[in-house]
Amino acid sequence: MAEPLLDLRGLQTHFQTFGGLVKAVDGVSFNVKAGEIVGLVGESGGGKSVIGFSILGLVDPPGRIAGGEIRFDGRDISKLGEREMRNVRGRDIAMVFQDPMTSLNPVYTIGRQMDEVLRLHTNLDEAARRTRCIRMLEDVGISGAESRLDAYPHQFSGGMRQRVVIAIALLAGSRLIIADEPTTALDVTVQSQILKLMRRQVQETGAAMILITHDLAVVSEMADRVVVLYCGKVVERGLTEEVIRSPAHPYTRGLLDSIPRITDRQRRLRQIPGTVPDIRTLGAGCSFRGRCAHAQPLCAERSPELVPVRGSLDAACHFPLQEAL
Amino acid sequence: MQRLLSSEFVHNYRHNIPAVLGSLLVLAFACLAIFGPLLVWQDPYDVSQLELMDSFKPPVWLDGGDPHYLLGTDGQGRDVLASIIYGARISAFIGIAAMACSCVIGTTLGLISGYYGGMLDAVIMRVADIQLSFPSMLIALFLMSAFGNGIGMILIALTAVGWVVYARTVRGSTLSEIQKEYIQAARVAGLSDTEIIRRHVLPNVLTPLIVVSTIQVGSFILIEASLSFLGVGVPITEPSLGLLVKEGFDVLFSGIWWTSAFPGLFIMFLVFGINLFGDFLRDELNPRLR
Repeated sequence: MAEPLLDLRGLQTHFQTFGGLVKAVDGVSFNVKAGEIVGLVGESGGGKSVIGFSILGLVDPPGRIAGGEIRFDGRDISKLGEREMRNVRGRDIAMVFQDPMTSLNPVYTIGRQMDEVLRLHTNLDEAARRTRCIRMLEDVGISGAESRLDAYPHQFSGGMRQRVVIAIALLAGSRLIIADEPTTALDVTVQSQILKLMRRQVQETGAAMILITHDLAVVSEMADRVVVLYCGKVVERGLTEEVIRSPAHPYTRGLLDSIPRITDRQRRLRQIPGTVPDIRTLGAGCSFRGRCAHAQPLCAERSPELVPVRGSLDAACHFPLQEAL
Repeated sequence: MQRLLSSEFVHNYRHNIPAVLGSLLVLAFACLAIFGPLLVWQDPYDVSQLELMDSFKPPVWLDGGDPHYLLGTDGQGRDVLASIIYGARISAFIGIAAMACSCVIGTTLGLISGYYGGMLDAVIMRVADIQLSFPSMLIALFLMSAFGNGIGMILIALTAVGWVVYARTVRGSTLSEIQKEYIQAARVAGLSDTEIIRRHVLPNVLTPLIVVSTIQVGSFILIEASLSFLGVGVPITEPSLGLLVKEGFDVLFSGIWWTSAFPGLFIMFLVFGINLFGDFLRDELNPRLR
């Protein structure tokens, strides 16, 4: 099997704060193959976005990448200098942000912002760049693309802007797109359009995508594989279908149970008790044990390793759940 | 143009009497400073055009007034109106040039401070704080008396006083702009810090600068006038409005009031006009005050 496009090996991203060392990303490993969509799921503060920024080398002080490797296309990009990294950003790896209201610069036209990426990362002349921008806008479903190039961000609706942001991300032909909660700020109806659009674009261009979200419904619709994060650690990973149908980790189970179902007559939505613990005060043992219904004395003593459980599933749990029938 | 004329900005402007008044004042003074030398028949600094016989003539509407000299003459027979017009050019030049210098320097420091943060930010902002704890007049006065006078020195002194306002304003807006995702997006797109600052941050922090700059021109003209009045400002060969007031002040108590009163009034109306217009811009461009 060919080497995956992106291979995270034991990534550690730490933040030195006044209250102590925060291990926002603590030994995360997973890989992404070309043409694949990997969903990165977890609660707020689980370290999802930090992983995205770590891959791009954009972790701001007091944060730093404390260990591990980020292998992209066979080389460890976490060791690259700033200048080389700037060439990776935008050209090899692009990112789509959460809030389309602020992710475009309000003082420039759409065309100029799109052109900036091409000017930076390609050798095309002006006419060729313009053609490419127009074609890209058409690809993401913006009608009258040619005239829209000269429009300012405030002349677009939220959904339209997110289309533009996606167009910018795809423009330079990046091979990996990191989408950080790309639909969270959008209306539900627009959400599904945008998701379909992203999925189609990935399929057509053969790019890979990391989809960062807290929404398992989005993941089940989009991702080929899922990585579930809790307190900076991978607690479960596997093929989307298997994870959704029958997760091995109680945390994933809890996340799935807290999705409302229209067929479910139950009045109250099931939830995971408690809140995410303070990462700074985590001692030994499983970080989920305080909220876990299946916790045993062993869970407080030893931190579980991420091990194969069944099928494609790997889980970090001493007492993985049985396969649902 | 059609869009500009029907915009909210123009509408609000038309219905704001002080703003209209202020801008008309500024406009009138600007025209006077630019075209003034064509309107008056005497160049007060060309000695060959001066008539010593005509010294201390009162304004035209008083007894002994000469229709040649609308606002009277000073001790060397210089037309007060002509002196004011030539002096206004110098005052306006100093005000605008000092504004431009402090804008460039203050904005640059503010951008660096806000974007990079950390030590650099701390140092720049502490210097600004120290500076703000002294009255700006005092600093300018100290610099002028320590390093001598001349228009160049005045510009340096005013810039040393004025950069702080820009630096703090720009730093504040920079801090709020870099929170926004388009700055992250620019970093993700592979732009360098300098490119991000220049192309993405700068254009988004410019609006408040328009307001600051307007007010600054007014206060720079005032500070320069005060410095010149105190004798540490412009050299006597390039008399600004402030120096005219000082010159006239020496003979004020012998009943010759017009040589200092008219330049003084001129300064007052000029700065008044600038501030009226500046206030309007502030209200208009500051979303929190609307």
